[in-house]
Amino acid sequence: MRTYLLETKYEFLKALRMPQYSLPTMLFPVVFYVFFGVIFGGAKSAKDVTVAQYMLATYGAFGVIGASLFGFGVSVAIERGQGWLEVKRTTPMPIAAYFVAKLAMAMAFSAIIVLLLFTVGTMFGDVTLTIVQGAVLFATLVAGSITFCALGLALGFLLGPNSAVPIVNLIYLPMSVLSGLWVPIWLMPKPLQELAYWLPAYHFSQLALHVTGGSRGESIAMHVLAMLGTAIVFAAIAYAGYRRDEGKLYG
Amino acid sequence: MHDLPARFTRVTKNYGPVEALRGLDLTLGRGELVALLGANGAGKTTAVRALLGLAKPTSGEVRVFGADPRDASSRTRLGAVLQIARVPETLRVREHIDMFSSYYPNPMPMHEVIEAAGLQGLERRKYGELSGGQQKRVLFALGICGNPELLVLDEPTVGLDVESRRALWKQIRAFVARGKSVLLTTHYLAEAESLANRVVVIHRGVVIKEGTPAQIKGEAATLEDAFIDLLEAS
Repeated sequence: MRTYLLETKYEFLKALRMPQYSLPTMLFPVVFYVFFGVIFGGAKSAKDVTVAQYMLATYGAFGVIGASLFGFGVSVAIERGQGWLEVKRTTPMPIAAYFVAKLAMAMAFSAIIVLLLFTVGTMFGDVTLTIVQGAVLFATLVAGSITFCALGLALGFLLGPNSAVPIVNLIYLPMSVLSGLWVPIWLMPKPLQELAYWLPAYHFSQLALHVTGGSRGESIAMHVLAMLGTAIVFAAIAYAGYRRDEGKLYG
Repeated sequence: MHDLPARFTRVTKNYGPVEALRGLDLTLGRGELVALLGANGAGKTTAVRALLGLAKPTSGEVRVFGADPRDASSRTRLGAVLQIARVPETLRVREHIDMFSSYYPNPMPMHEVIEAAGLQGLERRKYGELSGGQQKRVLFALGICGNPELLVLDEPTVGLDVESRRALWKQIRAFVARGKSVLLTTHYLAEAESLANRVVVIHRGVVIKEGTPAQIKGEAATLEDAFIDLLEAS
């Protein structure tokens, strides 16, 4: 138990002190939100909610996805590629501690980002959420981190330490745009709207929009299933990658 | 005999067509420091990886205190200093040690680890801010913090200046003086001569000679001459 706690604590400190991770993952969603949601959004409304409230959900999703993909995916790719994971594997550390700690770290970062957005949105933007809505939105966004940690973990086992950052960016940014996290999905051309159904970030943002208002009113169960399915598929890919590593090392 | 710190029995290891180990027999007793010598590609690192449970022998058997090195219980008695590209740089020295200590049932107290690795005054420094020699000492600290009975050092002083190398030698000697065992790979022959009770020379995955540094040296002027003669003869 102590191992799990310490591992998590140091995982968090390690990431927090890495400005190349902590600054972009925390600042980008907040800066974008301030810019597009609060300043330009003003009192305009998107569908039946204000832009500031709509974008609280979508930039919240954007922030969580970034923290998860980079916190989990890139850090596993790097530590695995540079032999650090191997050093840990010579110790009696339960391997689960390593992954649980990274998941907890990514969720902690996600929580911080979402709280920052909440603060900005309620203080400066036209966001009106009840306490319960706020709590549900927070829980939805932070829980969604699990799906993207699974995706990140799979990437972490497939990518090399040098290719990880650019490739994760190549997945993160287009997926975010095509899922309607930057520009609302209904403003996109029809074929792109269809494509979005295949992207987990779309389902994630729709779940968050169900709380804030402004979703497309599709089935919550479908979104949840898509999120769970994605998590399971990528966790399985990550596990296969882990076994492959193990086979390479221990085959 | 059963619970020797380390025992290799006719160990072979193939990586595809490459035979890294071709029937390695090696034992390491309590309180012994054995230096594994060999040219690049002789199989030193493969032997170390097999001993640490990171590589599975193709045939033969590796035992640590009589058990499979992959068992968690074996790992609590093992410490390792590997050649590694990078260590997370944003954690402080004491944080790294604190974390690794938590993996073991009976870790050494922090101040003893710091002292044994010669890290006094550097506890609060981040790993990335340390010199190469200091970083090696941190890896050494992580290897010993669990209070292991067997320490495996894979070329621990490569790339260090003379002073740092001597400092690490002193720490390795102090570790052995506490009745513990060390398996050391190196290609600095002076290091083997200075530290080891016994030297094992391996070449193309098998032991070609073993004995005390003096025995290996024999008639040759230096251990290095003896080593070169051995390699040429085999």
